[in-house]
Amino acid sequence: MYLSRRLFIKVGLGALAAFMAGFGILRGLRSDWPKAAFNAHDVDAALQALLGVTLNDLTLSDKIKLTIPKVVENGAIVPLSVDAGLEGVESISLFAAKNPHALTSSYMIPAGTLPYVATRIKMEKTADVIVVVKANGKFYSTSKRVKVAVGGCA
Amino acid sequence: MGDSIRILAEVQGDVTEFRTLIRHPMETGLRKDEKTGKEVPAHFIQEVIVEHNGKQVFKALWSSGISANPYLSFKFKGGKIGDGVKLSWVDNKDQSDFLIAKLVKAD
Repeated sequence: MYLSRRLFIKVGLGALAAFMAGFGILRGLRSDWPKAAFNAHDVDAALQALLGVTLNDLTLSDKIKLTIPKVVENGAIVPLSVDAGLEGVESISLFAAKNPHALTSSYMIPAGTLPYVATRIKMEKTADVIVVVKANGKFYSTSKRVKVAVGGCA
Repeated sequence: MGDSIRILAEVQGDVTEFRTLIRHPMETGLRKDEKTGKEVPAHFIQEVIVEHNGKQVFKALWSSGISANPYLSFKFKGGKIGDGVKLSWVDNKDQSDFLIAKLVKAD
């Protein structure tokens, strides 16, 4: 089949657009990665960017169980688990207050998934680890101080 | 595909405990290479999604504040032995991987 130069360019542009749209879809996977919250340095700024609240808006709750060592030798690996004994939990977010970027991670909990998560975070220095739970549109928290012998954020 | 991921998903009654280990450097971008003295560029997983029978049961949004070779565990209801569960991750360099595993009976 003979393609005129004009048609060739049209077809080529169409293919290029389809190709880029494909990448758009791939990128769409992370369209909700909260960049501003992760780039924020302190807890308050990260909280504001992530959930639109400040530390003062959080209700302390002893129903959230944070299991984490009191002392760690190596801040590169700090194991923890969170068991949030609240109804209607939508998300669990983990902050290390004195890390270069306080927000370590955030977890979406759909209906049918238990309000539980376990992972390992990095800690730069001795600090509070703060858990913020969103449940039925309200915000709850708990925290524990963790003593870090050698920082693990570098 | 799937070489970076290990999954153990155990059913006990109505609750499935899902555990995974992912091989990934989780570089912060703050670390200097010991030999060259140059900063090692940030390279970390940003999103982990787990689906059970095609329905999303968990999503993790991560920074480089998660330890290298991440461990992750969560629990969901309604899983049956033999059901499929799929984990996929994507990092800040647009690299990704996924693995499909079957739910097994808890020991």
